[in-house]
Amino acid sequence: METLAMPAINFAAIMPETILSAVAMALLLVNVFVRSEQKAYLGYLSLIGILVTFFPIVAGWNAPVELQSGFNGAVLQDNFSLFFKGIFLVSAALSILISDQYMQREGCNHGELYPLILLATAGMMLMASGTDLMVIFLGLELLSVALYVLAGFNRDKLKSNEAGLKYFLLGAFSTGFLLYGMALTFGATGTTKIAGIAAYVAANPMITGNQMFLVGMLLMGVGFSFKIAAAPFHMWTPDVYEGAPTPMTAFMSVGPKAAGFAAFLRVFMIALPAYKPEWSALLWVLAVLTMTVGNITALFQQDIKRMLAYSSIAHAGYVLVGFVAGNAVGTAGIMFYMLSYAFMNIGAFAIILLVGRKGEPNNNVADYAGFGFKHPLLGLAMSIFLFSLAGIPPAAGFIGKFYIFSGAIQAGYIWLAIIGVLNSAASVYYYLRVMVFMYMKDPVEEFDWLKVTPAHALCLLVAVAGVLIPGIVPGYLLELAQKAVFF
Amino acid sequence: MLGAYLPIIVLVVVAAMFGLVSVTMSSLIGPKKPSALKLSPYESGCEPVGTARERFSVKFYLIAMLFILFDIEAVFLYPWAVVFKSFINAGAGAFIFGEMLVFIVILFVGYIYVWKKGALEWE
Amino acid sequence: MVPLPYYLIVSGILFSIGTIGVLTRRNAIVIFMCVELMLNAVNLTFIAFSHELGKIDGQVFVFFIMTVAAAEAAVGLALMIAFYKNRESIDVEDVNLMKW
Repeated sequence: METLAMPAINFAAIMPETILSAVAMALLLVNVFVRSEQKAYLGYLSLIGILVTFFPIVAGWNAPVELQSGFNGAVLQDNFSLFFKGIFLVSAALSILISDQYMQREGCNHGELYPLILLATAGMMLMASGTDLMVIFLGLELLSVALYVLAGFNRDKLKSNEAGLKYFLLGAFSTGFLLYGMALTFGATGTTKIAGIAAYVAANPMITGNQMFLVGMLLMGVGFSFKIAAAPFHMWTPDVYEGAPTPMTAFMSVGPKAAGFAAFLRVFMIALPAYKPEWSALLWVLAVLTMTVGNITALFQQDIKRMLAYSSIAHAGYVLVGFVAGNAVGTAGIMFYMLSYAFMNIGAFAIILLVGRKGEPNNNVADYAGFGFKHPLLGLAMSIFLFSLAGIPPAAGFIGKFYIFSGAIQAGYIWLAIIGVLNSAASVYYYLRVMVFMYMKDPVEEFDWLKVTPAHALCLLVAVAGVLIPGIVPGYLLELAQKAVFF
Repeated sequence: MLGAYLPIIVLVVVAAMFGLVSVTMSSLIGPKKPSALKLSPYESGCEPVGTARERFSVKFYLIAMLFILFDIEAVFLYPWAVVFKSFINAGAGAFIFGEMLVFIVILFVGYIYVWKKGALEWE
Repeated sequence: MVPLPYYLIVSGILFSIGTIGVLTRRNAIVIFMCVELMLNAVNLTFIAFSHELGKIDGQVFVFFIMTVAAAEAAVGLALMIAFYKNRESIDVEDVNLMKW
């Protein structure tokens, strides 16, 4: 009988995922054993779980490399993935803070919400730290399957059902492409490890002429583009974002996108640098298309959730600009931008959620007439988020865009940066239109149904702080992001 | 290359011939004295009730789905069982056993959830 | 032994059939079955490469794809049932409340 060597297992490398999954399963059990009026506590318990998860993330920062990697090189918890894990935790925590009120209002206050959010977050983390195509796929599916349920969470509402079904069908479809790409890559290089693929390509430079390898790269690109909602693979985004329960829209517009970018970046930059001329040319086109399609369509939207959905497509386009640049400045810009995007987008959705009431989502831009006078503080917060989304200083969105575009210029993509800036200027129109309604129209409604719970207020405070502080003093966060770049 | 498949082809042909010949022969030369009882679908069996193509309760879906979910996890037990002994030889048996226990506990959490949620009750 | 290209051609054909099915069919369950066909084409590719290269990674990958596909099926069918309850149809033409 042969003896097998123990693989190099290192549980520290997956500590955040482990904690989140354990908390999620514990909550699942708690959920079936407590009475329904105590369900609100589940939210607090999950927040505690998220807070606990921050410890291994902070502790793992700048850890020596033998502590970072584990499971025979299948996961690597380097600074890059730790930064992204921080983004996921922030977006999960902010979404949980605004969930309870909405779910009670809409009558779908099921306790499964919190375990699902935590599991989706664990999936994102696996995607960010996976250095094996298998782990990336598993993380992606853990994330996606949880998100399909979350999108259709309000199961009595047809719109939510549609969102869930659409997301499921297109998500599963795109997974097929991603997997076929992975299979062909495995066939061409004989390994699923990202480092192994890179080593094989370095040892056999002729492999880049292999059609199978090329097609594998393309199919993986298509799969990832679906996940990050880059045009022309963005068709599902507006419908899913509009139909899903608002807190879940906030959640899925930030975290999964960041996770998709993290895996996309790692696979393409580390495993497939040999194809850099090819994929940067392709992504150049994708970035321009994504920005332009997102912004132009957003101009015509009356529904504010749809508008933010198209705006999130446009933002994926800006981030792709940093990806095309492919240098340290661009990548640091991506990370900084994704973090500030988490704050500003979830903040904006938190306000949208407050303006609606049961059965009346009040999602039309015209519903915001006079909102700024009736609720000056909330109006101010919404203005800050919109300014940041539009990329107007001193908000964090400006700094992120600035770094992404300067990364593109440094890498010699002048035209790409110019198109990006033009797009960004066009986007100001639709963000400011909401503000025009908020401050320059007479109020139609009294907005007296509006009730800010302490959890909601905390979410808004954190979001405003997260937009303004890095916007005014970006140094510290930028330094973190620069240290997190993996090359 | 294809020669290796020749016996199989012969077998298939013989089997098909045997079936065809015996069915046609018995219908051609066998005596026929039909009665109502003999013509019923299951002689000396249960009376058929209704068509087989009617809808059945959606509850079956839940049971089937739960079965698939728990059943497919068994796929991980097989490779584990195959390598378990060599890990014992390597002195890591307890650890590998513990790993599988964790996996089973995770499944068990799902089972308790399903149970308490009432998904296993028929009514 | 059947040479590798044969397997790759079959799995390529299966994958294409699945893709075309997803794009042309109108019944959500049939679409989902086509997606499953795509996944099984991927499985076949992995197994063929794994056997050809003598590397076990591909087979492990197939295990994970299979279990994940089962989980996806559970969630997907549940979503379809929820949709059917409210809409009395699982035709994707009826998934039309929101339009771009």
